[in-house]
Amino acid sequence: MTMHSSRADNHTWRKIMNALASATTFVSALLVIAPLGLIFFHLLANGASSVNWAFFTHLPKPVGEAGGGMVNAIVGSLELLAFASAIGIPIGVLGGVYLAEYGTARANALLRFVADVLNGVPSITFGVVVYGLVVLRFKGFSAYAGGLALGLIMVPLILRTTEEVILLVPNGYREAALALGVARWKTIVYIVMKTASKGIITGILLALARVGGETAPLLFTAFGNRFWNHNLSEPIAALPLQIFTYAISPYDDWHRQAWAGALVLVTGIFCVNVLVRILTRGRTTSAV
Amino acid sequence: MVNLIMASPDPAVVEHVERPAELSPTTEPAPPLTFQVKNVSIWYGEKRAIDDVTLDIASNAVTAIIGPSGCGKSTFLRCLNRMHELVPKTRVEGRVLLQGEDLYSSTVDPAIVRRRVGMVFQKSNPFPTMSIGENVIIGLRLNGVRNQKFLNERLEKSLRMAALWDEVKDDLHKSGTSLSGGQQQRLCIARALAVEPEVLLMDEPCSALDPIATAKIEELIYELKAQYTIVTVTHNMQQAGRISDFTAFLYMGRLIEFGSTTKIFTNPSQKQTEDYITGRFG
Ligand SMILES: Nc1ncnc2c1ncn2[C@@H]1O[C@H](COP(=O)(O)OP(=O)(O)O)[C@@H](O)[C@H]1O
Ligand SMILES: [Mg+2]
Repeated sequence: MTMHSSRADNHTWRKIMNALASATTFVSALLVIAPLGLIFFHLLANGASSVNWAFFTHLPKPVGEAGGGMVNAIVGSLELLAFASAIGIPIGVLGGVYLAEYGTARANALLRFVADVLNGVPSITFGVVVYGLVVLRFKGFSAYAGGLALGLIMVPLILRTTEEVILLVPNGYREAALALGVARWKTIVYIVMKTASKGIITGILLALARVGGETAPLLFTAFGNRFWNHNLSEPIAALPLQIFTYAISPYDDWHRQAWAGALVLVTGIFCVNVLVRILTRGRTTSAV
Repeated sequence: MVNLIMASPDPAVVEHVERPAELSPTTEPAPPLTFQVKNVSIWYGEKRAIDDVTLDIASNAVTAIIGPSGCGKSTFLRCLNRMHELVPKTRVEGRVLLQGEDLYSSTVDPAIVRRRVGMVFQKSNPFPTMSIGENVIIGLRLNGVRNQKFLNERLEKSLRMAALWDEVKDDLHKSGTSLSGGQQQRLCIARALAVEPEVLLMDEPCSALDPIATAKIEELIYELKAQYTIVTVTHNMQQAGRISDFTAFLYMGRLIEFGSTTKIFTNPSQKQTEDYITGRFG
């Protein structure tokens, strides 16, 4: 009898603990989702009214004049991302392929370590380095410097994701191609990288989404510009920089535009992430 | 036929080809040989996987390699087209002659060896990003063939030889991985045949297939030997008995016995061979 009742106690106790555990995890899950919901809600509430045609087509108005837009910052951001991609994608992808397919174990361990450290370095550091190497040397802020800073941030991100997805390609495909007398580099490019292409593109998109919102590395490289940039060796506007400038200004109208800019930026990044989800659909079944 | 070496062949090799009679103890004219394997040993690092194996592989015949798991069948097979080199720290001693040319001579490009000696793997591995048609001609494509008419002809010819044409001719654009297991394996055979090798190596090509698919591949192997020299690894005694002309029994990296399949299966000269074939071990 005593045994029975203690068992029943145990059972109740376990039930309570179970309920507590699932409640805790549920709350934690909510806390994960809540910030995204809050951010979107706030951006919509404050910025939606200012996202209009003029926002996408007009230059900023001088201080004191209402209206205007951020077209130069939007285009500037795209230019910076294009320039960053030109640096970050080839180096990152080729480096990732090298790590996965070539190299000695020791050199690769070192490279991986360096890439992981770089991925953890605060992004402003990249800005400082480019400031020292490029801005000071060429005596001026420029689109080149901004793109370079973003590109350098992209390299280790792309490198690691590329390596990961290349390693996921089953060895049987490499062997099948090599057994046809196909050269090693062709096997890697046309068989291995092609098989892993979705994963590689996913890595690139995630890196773009990450640097697309970076502000700190642009502060003393791209610098920002209230007008069109006609020369890549001159300062250039970028959406995050413009948001920053407008948000710390004392003007209500600029504040509204900063909200609108943030809404556009977050929506853009959100779209890239949706694209990534679409690309990686069914990834569990096809490995890559 | 592509020559392995552009320069004139190694004199030692030529000398060898000129006296093939010595290789066969019978008084009949020696059958033409595709491979002559001479005192080959293979190491993975410190571990010796093949120990001093010498045997000749006849042309236009099926040679089966049998033996218990881990005895070195795959290693031996892969040394015939230098695929084992993909594993780091492997080492080969001895000589492997393909039509009299030393495969391991320093002037030989392993890619050319593999074009002459094709391979089909245990697990079928059609490229998942490619259609059935692309899978077949990818070897030619990546080896620089551009002529679309030629590629189309070779596509049909290879699929016909692999006894797959009638089943897939209307679905050439579909993904290679959409086929059944047996069809995928025949697709891999077609892919290997498309580069027109002289030899086809098969490493347990049926071990993942059901009996009906297996029977199809066996029939195919029988038909292909008219044009190709085939070396196949098998785990399955009955299969070796059905499809092969010659059988080599490997045990712990050593060649225990080699001879005509009829002799090995009915009257083996080694006790170990008999024990293995009758299922007493392995
Ligand atoms: N990549 C490898 N690295 C080290 N040892 C290997 C490797 N592949 C095979 N071996 C070893 O070589 C021996 C022969 O293997 P294998 O040729 O695969 O045998 P089988 O095909 O007859 O089963 C085994 O003992 C195995 O452990
Ligand atoms: Mg094996």
